[in-house]
Amino acid sequence: MSGVSATETAPAQPDTATREMPGWQPPSYWPFVLPALIVVLAVIIFPWAYTVWMSLHEWKVGAPPTFVGLANYIRLPSDARFVESVWHTLVYTALSVALPLLLGTLAAVVFHAKFPMRGFLRGLFILPMMATPVAIALVWTMMFHPQLGILNYLLSLVGLPPQLWVFHPATVIPSLVLVETWQWTPLVMLIVLGGLAAIPSEPYESALIDGATRWQTFRYISLPLIMPFLFIASMIRMIDAVKSFDIIFAITQGGPGSASETINLYLYSVAFVYYDVGYASAIVVVFFALIVALAAALLRLRQRTHWNDAGGVA
Amino acid sequence: MKDTLVSRRAVLAGTAAAGALSLTGFPARAEPQWKKYAGTTLEVILAKGPRGDNLQKNIKEFTDLTGIQVESEQIPEQQQRQKAVIEFTSGKPSFDVVHLSYHVQKRQFEKAGWLADLSGYLKDPNLTAPDLVESDFSAAGLQYAKNDKGQMLSLPWSVDYFILYYNKELFQKKGVAVPKTFDEMVAAAETLTDPKEGTFGFVGRGLRNANMTLWTNFFLNYGGEFLDAKGNILTDGPEAIEATKMYQRLLTKVAPPGVSGFNWMESMASFTQGRAAMWIDGVGWAPPLEDPAASRIVGKVGYTMVPAGPKGQYSATYGDGLGIAQASKNKEAAYLLCQWAVSKAQGSRLLQAGGGVPFRNSILNDAEVRKGVKLPQEWLQSVIDSAKISKLGLPVIIPVAEFRDLVGAGVTATLSGADPATELKKAHEQFRPILERSEKS
Repeated sequence: MSGVSATETAPAQPDTATREMPGWQPPSYWPFVLPALIVVLAVIIFPWAYTVWMSLHEWKVGAPPTFVGLANYIRLPSDARFVESVWHTLVYTALSVALPLLLGTLAAVVFHAKFPMRGFLRGLFILPMMATPVAIALVWTMMFHPQLGILNYLLSLVGLPPQLWVFHPATVIPSLVLVETWQWTPLVMLIVLGGLAAIPSEPYESALIDGATRWQTFRYISLPLIMPFLFIASMIRMIDAVKSFDIIFAITQGGPGSASETINLYLYSVAFVYYDVGYASAIVVVFFALIVALAAALLRLRQRTHWNDAGGVA
Repeated sequence: MKDTLVSRRAVLAGTAAAGALSLTGFPARAEPQWKKYAGTTLEVILAKGPRGDNLQKNIKEFTDLTGIQVESEQIPEQQQRQKAVIEFTSGKPSFDVVHLSYHVQKRQFEKAGWLADLSGYLKDPNLTAPDLVESDFSAAGLQYAKNDKGQMLSLPWSVDYFILYYNKELFQKKGVAVPKTFDEMVAAAETLTDPKEGTFGFVGRGLRNANMTLWTNFFLNYGGEFLDAKGNILTDGPEAIEATKMYQRLLTKVAPPGVSGFNWMESMASFTQGRAAMWIDGVGWAPPLEDPAASRIVGKVGYTMVPAGPKGQYSATYGDGLGIAQASKNKEAAYLLCQWAVSKAQGSRLLQAGGGVPFRNSILNDAEVRKGVKLPQEWLQSVIDSAKISKLGLPVIIPVAEFRDLVGAGVTATLSGADPATELKKAHEQFRPILERSEKS
């Protein structure tokens, strides 16, 4: 967004000098701004404002809406299912950002080294990313089956007791995160790999001369220099994880019970199964606030690590 | 609305007179005027499944009979429900005929006034064949199709009774008799459970929402009623608690692990693999159970009624029907289509293929039709017996989905050891305000 407005306003600056005329005339850059403005108004501002407006109404599909003020919002904290779904979303997001980040960085370091067949193996590694989430979900559902699934068979090979995976409230979220991690670790790997490739070789050479260990080279040279990339990766992962719907819906539909019901799934039920549009809108507004808060926290963190100083690379 | 009725009557009276003349005074009710709306095109929105298939496969017969073209589409159930509601709300639905799930949509559709009243058409000899009379539909069908003013808002199409499927081979191996009561069923299930062999006595839906259709079989047989006279929900009363205890006992002690995530599909997989000895679910699953490509227990399946509880024996009943959009401009033509879809010819095909059970007694009781049923006669008998003990399987309220989700989640939670009374109370604390809000609006 900020990128767009920057490029739109930049060419206008020389015009300010020529605008010293009597009477008011529209700035000459308007025609250039207008299309973007219309699009933004139509697809972002208007739906957003309309959602807020709907959230102030008791609005059931099939019945006329009535204005209820903040009643829908007041209902939220006492709605146990909603409160639980916020918690589920946070846990699910935290895990599905952290694990791919960790494993993806590790994979990137491995694939950054030169070894035979590297290109082929890299290609193999990013395959999960290319598959359709719903198809993946159906395959994993079969693998998770407590009696007939392959995962329990694999556990039995190493002498571990069978698990209930997505069929038990305590293990359902970790099991779903397993699918997310499997699919999205390659993305983090790709981003970090790009970062590693952009680091010049001089720092490593001087570190080598100074007698740094491999861990020290990674900790004090690679890690700070790829930090900006890690932030980008975690931002992308966070957005993906917060809005995740397909995998959860296809595998558990929020179950067992409501143990894996995230805000998104609950929202879907309220809007399209219960047809309670007003209340659903209130949930969306709160959900939006939550996403903004998470993104802001992440951005703050990024600023605190001075990535601009370190990251001449970006 | 009134204007069109009047003019239609006037027109019909004229043509009826002409028809009577040509029959030279034959006074009995003649066939309806099938050809009157020739040239009309109807739009139909169907839920995906054997009923939709049966309609689409034979639709040419209807077009030949009436000259009416039919454009129909089958959409997966959940999406079909959403699409119908959204289109109805818009005020200009794109379809004339809608396939509705009574147990989910009845009250919502009635309250919103989306469906046309068919009572007048049913009495009109120019529109209705002589064999189609209200009393031919089973009691449950009429209960579903009529609103509280007694208007017929749809034609009942196919009924779904819950029955008990059992594995005869496993029963014989352990010398167990077919249970007639819940107590016998629990005892049988305990005998039949053998975790070492990987076989279990009972399987059924544990998944939230889906599980409610099974749970109500217990609830009804423990003497439960969904609503009191004032419309208050009663599903956390003593009957519900006892029913949940029974449900909990069966699904935790004698059912496969992971059953709390099972819908009908996973349950059926256990049953067809010979891993579960008993399964309570809708009558419609007989075809896959008897299909050698999908089942390992072909010819070994027994079919019987849901066993009796301490307060009676009922089969929780669900069903679907065909309604006509109030906003449709082709109501009479659409009515002809609905009538044809629930006709004896179409109903017999449905029954004989095992794709559904017609609500019409004249079809079920017809010896010729019954002879044509390819599934085991035992299955047919369980259907006929269940019809006699049928009772609506879900409360007739608008927020059915919320009911199933919230109470269903509580019921599922008991499978991880939670206390039935506490869970039901908790679920109803959440559900009651929702019900009140929906009835008020």
